[in-house]
Amino acid sequence: MALSYLRSSSSRSVNLLKPLSSSLPLRRPISTDTTPITVETSVPFTSHQCDAPSRSVETNPKELLTFFRDMALMRRMEIAADSLYKAKLIRGFCHLYDGQEAVAVGMEAAVTKKDCIITAYRDHCTFIGRGGTLLEVFAELMGRQAGCSKGKGGSMHFYKKDSNFYGGHGIVGAQVPLGCGLAFAQKYSKDETVTFALYGDGAANQGQLFEALNISALWDLPAILVCENNHYGMGTAEWRAAKSPAYYKRGDYVPGLKVDGMDALAVKQACKFAKEHALKNGPIILEMDTYRYHGHSMSDPGSTYRTRDEISGVRQERDPIERIRKLILSHDLATEKELKDIEKEVRKEVDDTITQAKESPMPEPSELFTNVYAKGLGVESFGADRKEVRATLP
Amino acid sequence: MLGVVRQKMLGQSLPKIRPVVSVLRSYSSAAKQMTVRDALNSALDEEMSADPKVFLMGEEVGEYQGAYKISKGLLEKYGPERVRDTPITEAGFAGIGVGAAYYGLKPVVEFMTFNFSMQAIDHIINSAAKSNYMSAGQMSVPIVFRGPNGAAAGVGAQHSQCYAAWYASCPGLKVLTPYSSEDARGLLKAAIRDPDPVVFLENELLYGESFPVSDEVLDSSFCLPIGKAKIERVGRDVTITAFSRMVGHALKAAEILEKDGIDAEVINLRSIRPLDRSTINASVRKTNRLITVEEGFPQHGVGAEICASVVEESFAYLDAPVERIAGADIPMPYAANLERIAVPQVEDIVRAAKRACYRSVPLAAAA
Repeated sequence: MALSYLRSSSSRSVNLLKPLSSSLPLRRPISTDTTPITVETSVPFTSHQCDAPSRSVETNPKELLTFFRDMALMRRMEIAADSLYKAKLIRGFCHLYDGQEAVAVGMEAAVTKKDCIITAYRDHCTFIGRGGTLLEVFAELMGRQAGCSKGKGGSMHFYKKDSNFYGGHGIVGAQVPLGCGLAFAQKYSKDETVTFALYGDGAANQGQLFEALNISALWDLPAILVCENNHYGMGTAEWRAAKSPAYYKRGDYVPGLKVDGMDALAVKQACKFAKEHALKNGPIILEMDTYRYHGHSMSDPGSTYRTRDEISGVRQERDPIERIRKLILSHDLATEKELKDIEKEVRKEVDDTITQAKESPMPEPSELFTNVYAKGLGVESFGADRKEVRATLP
Repeated sequence: MLGVVRQKMLGQSLPKIRPVVSVLRSYSSAAKQMTVRDALNSALDEEMSADPKVFLMGEEVGEYQGAYKISKGLLEKYGPERVRDTPITEAGFAGIGVGAAYYGLKPVVEFMTFNFSMQAIDHIINSAAKSNYMSAGQMSVPIVFRGPNGAAAGVGAQHSQCYAAWYASCPGLKVLTPYSSEDARGLLKAAIRDPDPVVFLENELLYGESFPVSDEVLDSSFCLPIGKAKIERVGRDVTITAFSRMVGHALKAAEILEKDGIDAEVINLRSIRPLDRSTINASVRKTNRLITVEEGFPQHGVGAEICASVVEESFAYLDAPVERIAGADIPMPYAANLERIAVPQVEDIVRAAKRACYRSVPLAAAA
């Protein structure tokens, strides 16, 4: 019986591959079930200058279902963005995150909205994780008023300050000192919260990162540097860009942890560990071993510098959504059909939101001149032909 | 000393009561004198006292008391949490400053000179200046980047550049250039209180100069508006715009010109962005002639923008082409004689003003 199965497994380590059982009717609704389940991460953590956390992670049906749904939503969203870009409804840059969803959801499971997150330009899913809506994403991508930045930012400039998401940055590596600055402010304000500053393997070689890390270590800032290592900085493989691609060790005197970034529970455990560490001991580096299915951006096919076999291999062996699906099924927390229904539901939600986003108008021309300053002082600003277009900045 | 001076100006004679000025500006002997250094120090002190979110960060600002002693005494008064000595890593600490501003603190980031700000310029422009716009108002950045700008004395090419034109071209930044102690106090306080990123360009050679300050200026609530120029000297014949140290040169030039019957109006810009175009244009409409003075490189400089503005707004009022006096179009040389001719001198301003008044030859006889 499913119910007794759950009870009996509450405090034991469970092997991932258990046969499905079939007693459904007496199961508690999974969406509210917080019965603890312990799961082992795919691989143990590798650590540098610290003791690694245990690979036994506590979770529960509700959390696993949330992971599944959220990642399915993110996956669907990114794939839909791909189509919109090809239909020329999204312009400029579009950097997709599909494959990396576990990092976004695992991190959110370990922190609160009072902790800060800052990332680079591959930010759509991170924004959703922070509580941003699908409408805000699609509208912003299409440059419409309903976008999170009212259409004035674009793909790389999503922000949600009320849940401490600080963007959305286009300059590789710049977000790391900014993130350390957030951590500084948190410590200065005695908030007992931390900042996760995400960057890629390409950005990991940036000098400003090491400058910021040095200051963070000197001043004991609660800064967690998270390297989302998807192994390619645009078209350059990590071994061609970094003399030492062991990014979790690159902090030298700063401790680090290497994490399977395709395992949402490993990500959660690592982030929880890192938060505790950072509040007590200052900065720590997390290297998330992850993978992006798409190319660097929509203008990169993603197959000139890596083989299709490699990409499909990762999809087969390590896909983060499949991992959670198997976990849910093997623990008999839901049926295949229920999970498929969630995916269908998510797909519909995405499609409906896109329709809604398309209805949102483009910004008014007067928006050209808003938000240049927080306090414009009533000064004049000019359009291309200054005798024709001038405005007073509010 | 006071005296009544009769002057002939372009055919008109007007009695004027004007103090006979010597090299230093002299005002009523009751006014207090304050150096620019003390003005900046007191402004920092007062703003840090008034708002616990304000903190200072930079190289040698704490234990060393400031490379130029601008932050003297602040570490002792406010402690190491609020006066932070940084390693020599401008990109890192400027980025950290901007991140702190994102969170809602009010950092004052000091660059030992603005030459070093080039190492951090991405954070000033891309992380600070543009954020409020890109986020449609979510991310305001109440940060001040301050430090000495422009030429000092004999420090060579890499330590002498003026960055006013570069920063002032960027929407989203405010760029201020104090001259006097009153400017230093009022503009720094305004900058710290302002919710937008401010680039605050001081001048090393002005730090030790004393200026009179009224009680109003000394009050802790004193603040100057951003974006408003000050007419330091009212005149009728030619407008001279200047900022920072060049204001002193312009005022000296005005004294010399006065002896030759040219009454110059000297405008202390105070704010390069926003630029006070209306004050400049109103002045040019009165005098019909304009000299722009700046220390920095001439091409695409502040004077070029002022000239364009005047040509666009007040073309019909110009009686002569706009003259630009700027630093020489070369990297700053070291040798004293070369350095002297690489930077605008008073005689350059005088000569240009006379050209604008079609008076290249000394005035022979009064009309």
